[in-house]
Amino acid sequence: MENFTPYSAFAGGILIGIGITLLLLFNGRIAGISGILIGALFPEKGDWMWRFLFLIGMVAGAAIHHYFVPDSFVPRSGYPVALLASGGLLVGFGTRMSGGCTSGHGICGIARNSPRSFVAAFVFIVCGAITVFVVRHIAGVAS
Amino acid sequence: MKRLVIAVIAGFLFGLGLAVSQMINPVKITDFLDVAGNWDPSLALVMGGALAVTLISFRLVLKRSRPVYADRFNLPIRSAIDRKLVGGAALFGIGWGLTGYCPGPATASLSLGLFEPFVMVAAIIAGFVAHRFIFERSQ
Repeated sequence: MENFTPYSAFAGGILIGIGITLLLLFNGRIAGISGILIGALFPEKGDWMWRFLFLIGMVAGAAIHHYFVPDSFVPRSGYPVALLASGGLLVGFGTRMSGGCTSGHGICGIARNSPRSFVAAFVFIVCGAITVFVVRHIAGVAS
Repeated sequence: MKRLVIAVIAGFLFGLGLAVSQMINPVKITDFLDVAGNWDPSLALVMGGALAVTLISFRLVLKRSRPVYADRFNLPIRSAIDRKLVGGAALFGIGWGLTGYCPGPATASLSLGLFEPFVMVAAIIAGFVAHRFIFERSQ
């Protein structure tokens, strides 16, 4: 467990929690990223700009951190593109089908005490763990 | 206008939090999911930190009759635990395990000049489109 980074993880989680809180308190919106992305790509009238700006803010937040801490992690290289592309397809399809991802179900839904979100979070974590087991320990793909 | 400023600030804090907690590193995600290997519990603490804030703040905020800059709270109305919820979450989990990216970190790391986030975001969008074709045609 030498890769465990408890302090930065908890601090980052608090920042995420504050961002989510601001969006709900001031705008009455749930910060579920898959939902915000969908609404930004397939816009309904008058409901586009805030989504676009939220995503811009998100990209900027990661960019500024990268500017001040350029070596925060070593980027993965050589990971099979076929796995990335097929996995990305499943992430898009699955989050649309279940109505949320890690943020919408995993944080906002649990904070609202939504049984749907508890079930979704349990299912995606278990399926993710099984998938990593198969990819790493059975298929032997390094990452 | 005020709402747009809030959206940028909220997004910024979210993206900064993802970077500070290293959730934009896909290996941090797959290491968390790898309970049989070199397990890294960091992701649980990211969720813990976010929930430490939101479990309290949501309770207080939702006691208000309305948000500060909007007429009403726009909350999910679906409550059914059905096949679509479980099936969708399962597919998402498989994709998450295959890649180490979920939609937030994939989008936030578009600014880092890496190859993977672009493939990931393009594939996620393709997944949204596929879902539209299969499930939303008749609506």
